[in-house]
Order: sequence, then C-alpha cells, then structure tokens
Amino acid sequence: MSASAHARNRPSRVLLAHGSGGRATAELIRELFLPRFANEHLSPLADAAVLPRVLGDHHPAASQSGSDPPPGQTLGGRLVLTTDAFVVSPLFFPGGDIGKLAVFGTVNDLAVSGATPLYLTAAFILEEGLDLADLERVAASMASAAEEVGVAVVAGDTKVVEKGACDGLFVTTTGVGQLHPRATLGPSAVRPGDRLVLSGRVGDHGVAVLSCRPGLAFETTVRSDCASVAPLARALLDRLGPAVRWMRDPTRGGVATVAYELGGEASLPVLLDEEAVPVSPDVAAACDLLGLDPLYLANEGKVLAVVAQDSAEEAVRVLNEAGASDAAVVGEILPPGPGLLGRPGAYLRTAYGGTRPLEPLEGDQLPRIC
Amino acid sequence: MCLAVPGRIVALSGNRARVDLAGNTVEADVSLLESPQVGDWVVVHAGFALEKLDEEAARETLALVRELASRGRDGRSVTR
Amino acid sequence: MSLDSYRDPRLVDRLLDQVRGILAGRPDPLVLMEVCGTHTVAISRSGLRDLLRGTVELRSGPGCPVCVTSQADIDRMVALARLPGVTVLTYGDMLRVPGSYGSLEEARAVGADVRVVYSALQALQMVDGTDRTYVFLGVGFETTAPGVGLALEEARRRNLKGFSVLSVHKTLPPALRALLEAGTARGRSSVQGFILPGHVSAVIGRQAYDFLAREFGLPGAVTGFEPVDILLAVRELAALLCRPDGAPQVLNLYPRVVRERGNPRAQELLARVFEPATAEWRGLGVLDASGLALREEWADFDAWRRLGRTAEDWLAERGPAAGAVSGCRCGDVLRGELVPPECPLFGRACYPGRPVGPCMVSSEGSCAAYYRYEKRGAWS
Repeated sequence: MSASAHARNRPSRVLLAHGSGGRATAELIRELFLPRFANEHLSPLADAAVLPRVLGDHHPAASQSGSDPPPGQTLGGRLVLTTDAFVVSPLFFPGGDIGKLAVFGTVNDLAVSGATPLYLTAAFILEEGLDLADLERVAASMASAAEEVGVAVVAGDTKVVEKGACDGLFVTTTGVGQLHPRATLGPSAVRPGDRLVLSGRVGDHGVAVLSCRPGLAFETTVRSDCASVAPLARALLDRLGPAVRWMRDPTRGGVATVAYELGGEASLPVLLDEEAVPVSPDVAAACDLLGLDPLYLANEGKVLAVVAQDSAEEAVRVLNEAGASDAAVVGEILPPGPGLLGRPGAYLRTAYGGTRPLEPLEGDQLPRIC
Repeated sequence: MCLAVPGRIVALSGNRARVDLAGNTVEADVSLLESPQVGDWVVVHAGFALEKLDEEAARETLALVRELASRGRDGRSVTR
Repeated sequence: MSLDSYRDPRLVDRLLDQVRGILAGRPDPLVLMEVCGTHTVAISRSGLRDLLRGTVELRSGPGCPVCVTSQADIDRMVALARLPGVTVLTYGDMLRVPGSYGSLEEARAVGADVRVVYSALQALQMVDGTDRTYVFLGVGFETTAPGVGLALEEARRRNLKGFSVLSVHKTLPPALRALLEAGTARGRSSVQGFILPGHVSAVIGRQAYDFLAREFGLPGAVTGFEPVDILLAVRELAALLCRPDGAPQVLNLYPRVVRERGNPRAQELLARVFEPATAEWRGLGVLDASGLALREEWADFDAWRRLGRTAEDWLAERGPAAGAVSGCRCGDVLRGELVPPECPLFGRACYPGRPVGPCMVSSEGSCAAYYRYEKRGAWS
C-alpha cells in the first residue's frame, strides 16, 4: 500500500485492534508513543528496560552529601519504587490533563518519599472509540512533563477495551527513583513539637476538575496546580537533611486527610491551624458556592512536610527560594497525653479559637479527580 | 439545603443571568427578582436567584455588629 | 459585599464575650433551637456550639429536609426508581438514605437509573424526547420549592412531557407549631428561643414567624449563616430574654436578604404551582397543611399521579415495610429531644461511612454534623 493510501486509511479513533498486540498495536506505539518518549531504554521496544547499575546503600557514594557525583560515576543511594493509577475524568481540565497528572503524580510520590525521580513506565488502557487526537495530546503532554522533570519513560503497554468498559483512557505508572543521601523520612522520625509546613495554596486542583462536571453550570478561573514538587522536596532535603521528618503530597482527600493519616502513622496528635492554611480567594469563593471545604480538596502540586521546630522558618525560606511563594507553617505535632488533644489523630484549630477533631474524607464526594 | 452565596450579576439575557463570585461564574434564573440589573448583588441557590442583596441593609447590620463589638462585656441593652 | 466581615474572628470574639456577659450568673445555659440544616453545620463547623457550651445550648430541630422525609416517602422514591422506563433525578444527599427496601443508591446498583442533579432546572435538561419518564425528587423547604416551580413552568412551556416531580416539599412554620404544641420539655429545660433560617425566610418573610411570640411567648431571630450572623442572633436573643419586662418578638437580623413580607414573586409562584397538603414528617408525624403538593392543574407533571399505582404494586409485592431501623433515634434528634451523641448508635453502629438513619447520611443532618465537627468526649 502506498504511503498516501495508508495515510487515508489511518483511523482517527481507537479500535479494538489497537489492543490486539498485532500490527495495529505496533503502529500505534511506533507512530504515536515512540516519537514522544524516545530514549535509549524505550526505543528497543523490548518487554523490559535494562537500566544502568543503581548502587545499593553499601556503596561509599551513598554516604556522601547530596551534591552530584563526579562524572562517570553513577549516583549512590537506595532504590525507591512507586506505582499509581490515573482515572481522572474529564481527560482535559483547566491547568492540565491526565497525562500531565500521571507524570507529575508519580514523580511527586517519589519526591515526597525522598527520592530523585529517574524513570517511569506507563501502561495505557484505552476505550474503543477514543479519539486518537486526544490520545496524541495526552502523550505529548506526558512527554513534555517528563522532560521538564528530567525523567525518561522507559517501558509501556497498551490495551484496548470495548466501548463502555473504561472511561476514555486510564493510565497506570510505575516510578523509580534514588533516595536522597540525607533523607531519613518516616513516621517514626516525627516528634512532638515538630511543625507542619505546606508549600502553597490548596484546593485548586479539586475546584478545577469539579468545574468540568456536567450540570453544575459553573465556570471558574481556577486552574489545577498540577506540577512537579521534586525541586521543592529536594531543596528541603539538601538544606535541612534529617530535620525533615516526613513528607506527603496532599492529593485525594486533601490536607485534612493527610494530617489524619500522619496522626495515625506517627501515633501522635497533629494540630492543623485553619487560619494558616493558604487558600486563594477564587478557590475560597468556589468552595463557598459549592459547599466544599478546601482542606479536603485534592492538590497536585503541593508538599506537606513535617520539619523540626527549629527548622520551620528556614523550611519556609527554602521553599520560597525554590519558587513556592505561598509556603507557610500550618500546624504542629502535639505531645501525647491524657487530654482530648493528646490522643493520636488530627485536630483543627478553627478561626474562632475552638479545636475539633479532623476526620478523613468520608465517601466519594467528588468525581474521579486523579 | 439553604446554601446560597452572594454574587454580582455580570450579564443578563431575559430571565437568565451570569453571576460572578470572585472569579467563579454561575448561571441563574432571575424570574423571582424585581427588575434585576447588571451590577446587582444577588443570592443564588440551586440555579436561581432567591433575592437581591440590599447593600444598605448589609451596611447597617455590620455597623450594628461593630457597635456591639465595641461595647464592654456588660453592654446589655437590646438594640432594637 | 464579601462574606469576610461576617467571618471576622475579632467580631466573633467580642460577640462571644457580650453573650457571656449578658448571661453571667444564670444557673443554666440558655436553650436556643435552630431549624435549618445549614445553620446546624455552620454552628458545628465554626466551633460555635462548643465555644458557647455552658452559656448557651444550641440545639438542632427539624431543619434538614432530607432528614425529615418519612420512611414511607423514601420507599415511594425507591419504588419509582425500580419501575422500568423511569429515571429518577435527585439531590445527592437523598441517594444513601436507607428505606425499608434499601436506598436509591442500592436501587441503582441493581440497575435502576438514578442520577444526581444539582437543581430542578438542571434536571429539566436531561429530559429527552423518548418514552422515558423522568422523576425529579422534590425535597426541600420554601427555599428550594420555588426553583422546582420555575422548572415546572419551563417544562410546560417547552411541552416536556417526560418530566415529572414527586413533591415531598414541606413548609417550616407548621413544624415549629407542632413542636411547640407537643410541648415537650426535655429534662430540666425546653427551648427558650429560635434562631430562624435566613433563606427560607427570604421567601416567606419575617412576619411568618410572629406566631412564635404571639401564641407561644417565644422570641426568634432570623439570621444569616456566617459565624457573626449566628452570634448576633444569639446575642440579641440573650438580651431579649434577660430583659425584666418586655414582650417576646421576632427579629430580622438578616435584612440584607430577608424582607418583612418575603419575596412576593416567589410566593406567587409557589401558589401557582403548589398547594398546602398533609405531609408526614420523620419525628413529628403527620401534620396538616405542612407539605406542598402539586396543584390539580399540574397533575400531568405529578409523578405519583402518573406512576403511583404501579409503584404501589411494586411495594405491595415486597410485603409489609420493615419500618425504620430499630435503635435509630433520628425522630428524637429532629425534635431536639436528643443530642446526637446521646444516641446509643452514634459513632458505634452509626457513622457517616455506615449510616443507620438520614440524620447521619445527610450533609446537613445533626448527627453527621456532630460526628464530623464536635469534639469527642466534650459532651456528657
């Protein structure tokens, strides 16, 4: 078949054949995915990527400071692995799309675990009938995000399911990174007196996605905060080292749910200060309108870090310098004790001086958002 | 159920209005308002405008609150 | 015209101080009842209930329209959802309320077409030209009913024959009257004043509550939903009640939205589309002229008139209704006779993840508000 005839016959939508593993699959990968993700590890299109030797924690390089290793020498440090699935609807929302979300979401999981993100895999489940132009947009977005962070997508897979069996497009990722030599993160590192530091304003992603929900007749200027937090996490670890006890990116469930989880994992009381949590005015107004609480809305470009009390102000400065201009101290870890605020869990100091327990998000109040 | 927030009418077309709240826009039916105009502040609930906001009355309420707040703890008198 | 001033912590602080000053020396806390789910949540979420504890007891009454919907009405809704060719359109809060034959959510899980909408006007947009009957569940008080009226008039204008409404709307003043006529005294104290709902009042007006003062000798204050609004009402009611002389009155502290006679266009719309009817309230029983039924002229848009016979058959096939779950005290909570933590099921067998009754299901239910926002162990 001549080149032009082939082009005329090229489908514009995903067909079941694209998932069969045969010619159509190969064409899809070659023509749509590979040009965007090309790298020495992916291009051979083997079943797995064989990666450079990553050194274990017995290597001398692992105990050095966080500066880059001498040329020719690979990074020291332990392997960090994460996996995630993205089913956001709609696929495209103000400030982002499922592709960008998939990359930054996975990168962020690695970053808040104290790792430098290195490689990603991406498995796609496509719904028959999905517009290929949309798939191209998603792939381009992922590639752009990956390039921005400096990660390579080294392996992938594609499956197609019949119309109705999935909502357009689902992506599952695995991320691999290397632990920062100064990272000693974990719930057991958290101590009474430690402070909670949040890198910026909350609620943007939740509102942006919700505004796309059909039937709400609600338009907003709010855009998703979808972004990599790797530079922020790295800056904190570089400058503060072990004074950073624990980090998490407050995605589904928001800052409140993360605070609740922290309280459970560290078995300590966590107090969040409602007045201190930054929220932009349009997000606040949208929350008023929709009856939502910004503390429970998803964020895709924020870090909540627990740092030693003495380092809290410096942590805010470090974050400011790294580009997070709205970073703030938003809470603290209380000492355990017999009183109401001494039990493990999360609490909120309200704007009016009261305190109340913070529950995790109950039920599915929002559409699929990440 | 009674959730309704104040916003400003930024566009009007027959009985339909676009109401702005700090950068967020909702559509609302304004049939229940007495001659709505662009620029009016209204309270929107479940897709329709319930009432216009009386800015004068709002000022009076705030003035009342501030006056009360400035009294000492034993400012007992009833204000109306 | 932002809401910020009404949330100012300094104003809240000063008003709290005033209230404490006015009520200093009294042996028992002042008991005030609010009758609006949005007030219940605002009070709990801001921490005001807790901050006032010991000085003022803020009690919740039958102000949550989802919560006061009777078991029988829920069963009718589920029955309609289970009929072939029917799509039920509902506010999200109704989805998980348990009926005798399960909830709407459970009906959906076995194939019923139940969809969440944000308003009746939005529901209208889902009606297509097919044979399908779309039933909008009209749950709400006087705030919400006008919107449904607008949707019905629009449906008639556009000849949307597929649209119908199951009206279980209710009006608040009859419920207040029933509550007071029952004269329930709870332990050592009963309600001494009312915090009245701002947006219901925007429709019906301040004067709709004068009977509270005239017939029952109780004061009331119509107010908005921000902490300053609520505290202003508490402060004014406290001052009124502490006056040695003087008749009780109903104050309008929300004049920015509420007029003396309410919104006449909204009232006319309600009169065009609805008429007062007997309604069954969870917790209060059957009350005359407390519901809003579709008028005769709107019969073709009345879901029960169109489908009620078939729905009754569906219900009959299922045998006798089980009735409300035993142990559920929603009725007592709605009458203000029980504070949610006093219910033996609260926080144990009944919590938002696994609710037993509507007060824990509804986002504006008292039990849900207490569970989410009130300090554990602070009440006894």
